[in-house]
Amino acid sequence: MREEITLNVYRGNSESGDEKSYPVKTFPGMVVLDAIHQIQASQDSTLACRWNCKAAKCGSCSAEINGKPRLMCKSRIEDFYGEDGKITVHPLKTFPLIKDLVCDVSWNYKKAEQIPPLTISPETPRPLRMQQIDVERVQEFRKCIECFLCQDVCHVLRDHNRKDSYFGPRFMVKIAALEMHPLDTLDRRKQLKNEGGIGFCNITKCCEELCPEHIHITDNAIIPLKERVVDDYFDPIGGLIRKVLGAKPRP
Amino acid sequence: MPSYTAESREEGRARLPIGARTDNWWTAPLSFAIVFGLFVVYVTYRMFENAHYEVHASGLLSPLYSPLLPFKFEVNLPLLGQKMISPAIYILIVPMSFRMSCYYYRKAYYRALFQDPLACGVAEPMAKSRMRYTGERALPFVALNFHRYAFYAAAIFIFILGYDVLLAFRIEDASGVPHFGIGVGTLIFIVNWVLLTGYTFGCHSWRHLIGGGTDCYSCTAISRTRYGLWQKFSLLNSKHAQWAWLSMISVGIADLYVNLVSRGTIPDLHILF
Ligand code: SF4
Ligand code: SF4
Ligand code: FES
Ligand code: FES
Repeated sequence: MREEITLNVYRGNSESGDEKSYPVKTFPGMVVLDAIHQIQASQDSTLACRWNCKAAKCGSCSAEINGKPRLMCKSRIEDFYGEDGKITVHPLKTFPLIKDLVCDVSWNYKKAEQIPPLTISPETPRPLRMQQIDVERVQEFRKCIECFLCQDVCHVLRDHNRKDSYFGPRFMVKIAALEMHPLDTLDRRKQLKNEGGIGFCNITKCCEELCPEHIHITDNAIIPLKERVVDDYFDPIGGLIRKVLGAKPRP
Repeated sequence: MPSYTAESREEGRARLPIGARTDNWWTAPLSFAIVFGLFVVYVTYRMFENAHYEVHASGLLSPLYSPLLPFKFEVNLPLLGQKMISPAIYILIVPMSFRMSCYYYRKAYYRALFQDPLACGVAEPMAKSRMRYTGERALPFVALNFHRYAFYAAAIFIFILGYDVLLAFRIEDASGVPHFGIGVGTLIFIVNWVLLTGYTFGCHSWRHLIGGGTDCYSCTAISRTRYGLWQKFSLLNSKHAQWAWLSMISVGIADLYVNLVSRGTIPDLHILF
């Protein structure tokens, strides 16, 4: 392990800015967030970053390390510096920048508001009970820490800037948790197909590759949701069979 | 400096290049493009060749030409005259549409061929013209939503190819008398069939149809059974990309083997019982 590394950190706001180099003394087990803290403590206290838990659980310290969206508190420096001992730290590039490494991610909260909450029929007997086999599948989706790394890397939002038309992978995970919930009475497929814009996702899996909670975003949330949308909108034969068999209409 | 920055996508974003990765992100799309490209070139050549797809004495029929159909179509071509359309052309519609609409292949070719995106966090080329991206909402890609129909057809082919595996145990001796036997071809056909079956039934659409579409698993005896099945097929599905690669390569090898034996380039080693 090197004793000293160089951190190239983006300094600036949305108007102007540049990368600035800082020498950093290393220690065993050091993560990128430690290096940022060291710079704040000993070189430049005006360097702005968000963090809270330093345990990969609050989802605040998202940034782009060597061009890859990552949690700074979960990124060991030795996994990132190369021969030259340099690490680049950029802010998230899909959201407006406030200062240095701090972005305005409020667009995500607006999307969250558009998703109706879990809606249970008043006739369902109380107390509510759920069986383990029904819990298991949706539990994976509830691990989300809202770091928005998946939103940052999703090319629909990042490159094509289709924030007007697609909710993004984080909210596909949220809708999956509700749509697959056995007690939820809302049909969420219409929203998925229309304002949610699930058709914009081309399942290229970048979200799944970097989710720090290892949620199988594409395999377990988006593709199954796409298949549910197919049930209703792209499968005339299946629809006919369901009708003939007298399947109960979905809520 | 790359062609565009985050700021050029939307006002207020950092004035930084969209892509700043320093690792070898290009190896995965490049290897897919090479292997897939080779496969497509070979299959296209074999598809039009319309010969060397059967070794009757060894019970081998190339998976590209299976099943043998009891009819043939002919066309009158300007320079070539009256020609028979190779049956592989219409047989391959099934496996090709299955693979081309498969969720794994979609990921791989959107990345490697359409560069949409080439790799995660890497800037897409021709940024300006791509601003009106429509993904799988408009033609042509919206048609991929019909993948489950391709799955139904591909599942029938698993039975057809299974029959071909059984036929590969029927090997003739020097005087043309058929025996029960096992040859290198038989083994290649078995492996190919297993890989194709694993690939086909690891399909996301199948995983949805068999149980993924159910919300309440504990509600009825049927839904509990579907839960068990869904779990098993999910296991297969979790390695779907690997099954996809291996089964694609094995189809190529099975056809190449039949091709070479039929031309007499290599003998079909076997033991008869
Ligand atoms: S799904 Fe994963 S990457 Fe996306 S916000 Fe949640 S934890 Fe972060
Ligand atoms: S799989 Fe879909 S949601 Fe995930 S990053 Fe790719 S396009 Fe975005
Ligand atoms: S500081 Fe909480 S996730 Fe990194
Ligand atoms: S998803 Fe790959 S075959 Fe259906």
